[in-house]
Amino acid sequence: MRRYPEPKESRFGITRQQSQKIGFSFIRLISLITVLPILGIIVYIIVKGGSHISWEFLTSMPSDGMRAGGILPAIVGTFYLMAGTALFSIPLGIAAGIYLSEYAQDSYWTRFIRVAIISLGGVPSVVYGLFGLGLFVLFCNFGISILSASLTLSIMTLPVIISTTEEALRSVPYRFRVVGVSLGGTQWQTITRVILPQALPGILTGIILGLERAVGETAPILFTGATFYLPHLPSSPLDATMALPYHIYVISTQVPGMSSGVQYGTVLVLMVFVLGMNLIASLIRSRARAKRQW
Amino acid sequence: MKRSEKIITNSVKIAGSSSILFILLIFVFLVREGLPALSEVSLKDLFSVRWYPIEDLFGLLPLISGSLVVTFTSILIALPLGIGTAIYIGEIAPKNVKEILKPTVEIMAGIPSVVLGFIGIQALSPFLREFFNLPTGLTALSGSILLAMIAIPSIVSIAEDALYAVPNSYRDASYALGATQWQTIWGVVLPAARNGLLTAVMLGIGRSLGETMAVMMVTGNAATTFSGLKSVIMPVRTMTATIASEMGEVASGSVHYHVLFFIGIILFIFSLIINISSSTVQGKSKQERGQVIS
Repeated sequence: MRRYPEPKESRFGITRQQSQKIGFSFIRLISLITVLPILGIIVYIIVKGGSHISWEFLTSMPSDGMRAGGILPAIVGTFYLMAGTALFSIPLGIAAGIYLSEYAQDSYWTRFIRVAIISLGGVPSVVYGLFGLGLFVLFCNFGISILSASLTLSIMTLPVIISTTEEALRSVPYRFRVVGVSLGGTQWQTITRVILPQALPGILTGIILGLERAVGETAPILFTGATFYLPHLPSSPLDATMALPYHIYVISTQVPGMSSGVQYGTVLVLMVFVLGMNLIASLIRSRARAKRQW
Repeated sequence: MKRSEKIITNSVKIAGSSSILFILLIFVFLVREGLPALSEVSLKDLFSVRWYPIEDLFGLLPLISGSLVVTFTSILIALPLGIGTAIYIGEIAPKNVKEILKPTVEIMAGIPSVVLGFIGIQALSPFLREFFNLPTGLTALSGSILLAMIAIPSIVSIAEDALYAVPNSYRDASYALGATQWQTIWGVVLPAARNGLLTAVMLGIGRSLGETMAVMMVTGNAATTFSGLKSVIMPVRTMTATIASEMGEVASGSVHYHVLFFIGIILFIFSLIINISSSTVQGKSKQERGQVIS
């Protein structure tokens, strides 16, 4: 049995109530220091980037070595990468989540799968980039392309989708399964017609949060699909593409004499993307919570 | 069972095991491209203090020490802020404040690292240069501050879960003995949650060590060796930044290329150790708690 320190009436000449007051203010101060920079950064980006956002900026090609004009190819490229990532990671992630929640027994193999998922979630993003370069770009000979980059991002997104899917399925009460099977449904029919619809909001939240991370990542696409500049939009999955995060990296470090309007404008567009997805995910979550009957 | 259902069930099972395949593939391709480095550069040269690829000097020590300095400093900043914020959210904050704080921390987790890197170049580095009167603001410290902002959200959410998992009966018992809320937090809740807090710290370290873009953009990328406390306000170069900034320029199959993959192996193994051991710590704490309650 562990012994905890006894409550003392006073220490350093201050009473317990006073030390609580000091402690609480200290913790409040710490929380303030944690969140203020974030709110500050967001406001700062909105103020400095907002004035540069225009229809023309969003829909025209860059000009003057990217110092002027719009960022259309980067926006389109980010959409392509997101769609490609969704295409591969959603079916595989949901299937794996279903397996872990509905089929897997508590065996050594299952534990091994869990260790693998945890490990995948911790692999540094730049190592995913190396892996994508070795496997998809060189070994499979897909080249530096949307396809290679999407596959790399999919594997990175997978652990998020698998674990949120599993969690969402597990939170559906056991009696739903019993009822499904007792009405004559097979296990698979019960899963697809009873359990999945109930777990859908949770799964959707996980998918959006996973894709949100993929959209903002730069390191995995550095050597698998991103390119400095394209004079035209990519026309096939085997073309390289521009992307918003990589474009931000390029215009903030590689191009001398960059106009700060273009820089902050591009950052704001990416932030709207990412925070918009975040907002949608939390709306789905809170609506589902309010509607849930179990 | 119908045949079509059997096929579906089997494919779900295969999908379930896909994570194992992917983690093995990552390992295989890192080794395939990285291991030749060991035969091309002697071990003694790999662990020397000069990283100067143009002259075939591939000493990894400055890169490893750069990563360690940046990670260590970032954890020194992120630990008190992260745990403090978790205590505030979990134990002290009134409900309405909590409802603002939690989404803010979530938003913080969603900000792409390239955006933080951009803010680092625009605002943080100039500020640090003025403040410490340095020749350049692109230092280890700038990287550490950004990394802290990246590590804080995961530390907060895991630490908050750990605090939440401490049964209320512990708190009630402490109050019944006459302790104040502050004494209860320090003397009872935090010690009871210590394994979860340890997990939070370890995963924070993992995130910092593997982070690439923000660090590459603000640390100045000079491969210097560790020279005491002063290193913190000098430019450094981390392992991740080295891979990201040099991989684009090397010929595939060259010695330099193999060494960059070798750095990838080191990062991969680091991340495996951190993630697997932290999940073991977490599992253990769940077991312990189970025993206390039953």
